[in-house]
Amino acid sequence: MATKLPHKDVVIIGLGWTGSILAYELTGAGLDVVAIERGPWRDTATDFPPATAPDELRYGVHLDLFQRPAQSTVTLRNKTSQTALPVRQFISFLPGNGVGGAGVHWNGMTYRFSESDYQVKSHVTQRYGKSAIPDDMTLQDYPMTYAELEPHFDKFEKLLGIGGKAGNLRGTIQKGGDPFEGPRTNEYPNPPDKQPLGPTLFAKAAETLGYHPFPVPSANMSQSYTNPLGVTLGQCSFCGFCERFGCGNYAKSSPQTCVLPALMPRKNFEARTLCNVTRINLDSTGKKATGVTYVDQHGAEFTQPADLVLVCSFSFNAVHMLLVSGIGKPYDPTTGKGVVGRNYAYQCTSGVLVKLDNTLLNPFISSGVGGMALNDFNGDNFDHSGLGFIGGAVLQATQTGGRPITQINSFGDDPKWGAGWKKSVKENYQTIYALGTQGSVYPYKDSYLDLDPTYKDPYGVPLLRMTFDWHPNELKMSAFVTEKLADVGKAMGASRLAASSRKAPYSVTAYQTTHNTGGAVTGDNPHTSVVNKFGQSWDVHNVFVYGAALFPQNSGMNPTGTVGALTYFSVDAIKSQYLKNPGPLVPV
Amino acid sequence: MVGHILSRRHLLSSAALIAALYSSSASAAAISGQLPWQPDTNAMPPQVKPGTWAYFTPDEAAAVEALADRLIPADELSPGGKDVGVAAYIDAQLAGDFGKDTGLYMQPPFADGLPGQGFQSALTPAARYRKSIAALNDYCRKAYLGKVFADIPAADQDQIISKMEAGTLSLGGPNSKAFFQLVWQNTKEGFFADPIYGGNRGMAGWKMIGFPGARYDYRDWVEKHNQPYPLPPVGMADHPDWKSHV
Ligand SMILES: Cc1cc2nc3c(=O)[nH]c(=O)nc-3n(C[C@H](O)[C@H](O)[C@H](O)COP(=O)(O)OP(=O)(O)OC[C@H]3O[C@@H](n4cnc5c(N)ncnc54)[C@H](O)[C@@H]3O)c2cc1C
Ligand code: SF4
Repeated sequence: MATKLPHKDVVIIGLGWTGSILAYELTGAGLDVVAIERGPWRDTATDFPPATAPDELRYGVHLDLFQRPAQSTVTLRNKTSQTALPVRQFISFLPGNGVGGAGVHWNGMTYRFSESDYQVKSHVTQRYGKSAIPDDMTLQDYPMTYAELEPHFDKFEKLLGIGGKAGNLRGTIQKGGDPFEGPRTNEYPNPPDKQPLGPTLFAKAAETLGYHPFPVPSANMSQSYTNPLGVTLGQCSFCGFCERFGCGNYAKSSPQTCVLPALMPRKNFEARTLCNVTRINLDSTGKKATGVTYVDQHGAEFTQPADLVLVCSFSFNAVHMLLVSGIGKPYDPTTGKGVVGRNYAYQCTSGVLVKLDNTLLNPFISSGVGGMALNDFNGDNFDHSGLGFIGGAVLQATQTGGRPITQINSFGDDPKWGAGWKKSVKENYQTIYALGTQGSVYPYKDSYLDLDPTYKDPYGVPLLRMTFDWHPNELKMSAFVTEKLADVGKAMGASRLAASSRKAPYSVTAYQTTHNTGGAVTGDNPHTSVVNKFGQSWDVHNVFVYGAALFPQNSGMNPTGTVGALTYFSVDAIKSQYLKNPGPLVPV
Repeated sequence: MVGHILSRRHLLSSAALIAALYSSSASAAAISGQLPWQPDTNAMPPQVKPGTWAYFTPDEAAAVEALADRLIPADELSPGGKDVGVAAYIDAQLAGDFGKDTGLYMQPPFADGLPGQGFQSALTPAARYRKSIAALNDYCRKAYLGKVFADIPAADQDQIISKMEAGTLSLGGPNSKAFFQLVWQNTKEGFFADPIYGGNRGMAGWKMIGFPGARYDYRDWVEKHNQPYPLPPVGMADHPDWKSHV
């Protein structure tokens, strides 16, 4: 039998970005908090010091810091008529593992979605009519507005020390920032960083076309910075080993560099590492959680009783936890009923390669974010009338490294091996620049998550099954924005150019993003959402869910800014309302 | 499936599997009241030294050296794949976690699936090398009067590699295209990974393209657009200034 442990006020499943913020806030409110993390402890000095961090093979190719598929993976199929097979090796998306979660090895592009993205269904209907939304698209509004989230974005950006340039300060458009952003109360806490050659050329070209380039908001420190928790980060050295790697310079915002040094000394916090939570336990009514069950690395099973269970185990892992624990009604695509697993979405990326003769791009001089972007074709920042799609993408010129095994670009007809390959690789290394788009993905009746009938993890728990494919709306969007990006590439003076927009079917064989969203959607209607606006389960009031699983659909940008804002929005309500009077924060 | 209950029996049988998921040095810990700090928790990977083969038989090693030398031939840009240690690199990898698919999801049932569902082979990379090289040498013995791949002329080796790349070479069991992709990926790794892993000797791969390796700090050069970076490459355990220049 499982060993029953002494009671805690709060148990947090997963100690990544959301888990560490919540632990800090709730220990600060005097609660006794334990975080249970399936991966190991990780810290800068011991796990990714500059001596061993710049190892492309270990971290970039063999993915040393990531979740091992053997620990847990998902199965994938494009359509319900197919048989899902396990993702045996992670490539398309790379979930984190260990203290810090994916916050250890992310890039750090920290955006806010467009103001209208949070009310996208109402907005699109109002501007283009109901018919603009395809029948099978289950688009829906967030249950709160951008204005309600704004102070929480501000708090998250200060915690991380984001560097950037405001484009809209309290309604006044600012030169050099993103004029399409929603009004911000404050400037970014840090200035934007220096720019390497590629993004500089992109920004110049974009301006000649009348677009509005701005520095990508960055979690790579442009200068040393002390955050409101009193933790100091160092300056980014453009080391070129950022995403997939830990930062040896204390320069990338992560739970390690922003939260843990302030959290760990607290006596009312405990982190339990190498312990995998297998389920949330419910009492006999099924309406209240009693705590969690977990298995340590030796296979010993424990139950941890707690008053409050916070699911912080990353997007689709959180959905998996709800499904195996029987919390909320699983979504059924044939009836459209049920909610858990509904509205799974992703990021629709595409790219343009430009050849810039006689340049030295020095691609190895790069941070995880360093670059310029434009939102002229994102969200509803442009008129979609007659285009046949809704949504859009951020167009980006970032340069995240010149790591030779994985980051050398080439055109399709360049020699693939032998002497010809050597010659072209040497030339391409300094002259081919890769531009990219990150497009929105709207939700559909047939894109969802449920439990796989065949494959199980080492604990005997069914794997999560992902049923997902690209739909015409996203493919048209991708074709459109990729063409716009190619225009900028041409204006950069490209002597050769290759544009590749997203094509169906969805495949897990190439890295796209770890921006998996939905499945435990936030909303104000229990029939179309799993949790209320505060992330609280409609069915089990002492379970709260965090992360991108909450997104009703995905916008055309990286998710973590919104993940952070939703986390602060929720914990404010827990502290100010729930703790005084535990129960549903929104009447059902 | 909802409310799935773990049986004790299942736990016992899977305990070894679960333990194998974690590195041997790390152990479950309850951490409170402090930041834990243990020196050397993340050691430098061991230096792979040329000499004896850890996984390959001498015949297999000869075949991989020959493949690597055609995929990356010696010319004025760099020494060839054989001399930069690609085979030594691949050998060490196949003897280690990579060769055993450690960490990947290897539970049955295995099915071919659709291309977009990704890798679905029950065979580990180490086994795939063993089977495919044997099949490649069998093919060559038949086509080239008893000679193995390593002993046939370079032009013929190139032709065979092209056919493998296109998937038109029939090797009996093993899929020649999949084997080409595996060898080419590993060859690039052996050319470009840090020299500590046994390949990229003399940082030949990095020098060819002008990658400075593990320098880790370019603050002074970010805005020096279009200017060649002046310093030679460094590895994690290898620095040009630490060697005599005779
Ligand atoms: C390579 C890469 C680049 C990225 N770049 C960006 C970017 O530029 N901008 C951006 O906005 N976002 C980016 N992201 C995404 C970003 O990292 C995530 O959005 C963010 O970390 C999510 O926070 P989280 O708390 O939800 O999950 P995480 O930070 O991943 O934390 C989840 C934790 O839960 C643990 N866990 C999971 N299951 C269990 C279980 N059953 N029991 C115990 N513990 C468990 C995991 O081990 C992990 O530590 C990137 C991600 C990756 C992988
Ligand atoms: S690019 Fe900057 S922030 Fe990223 S790992 Fe390197 S030094 Fe750290």
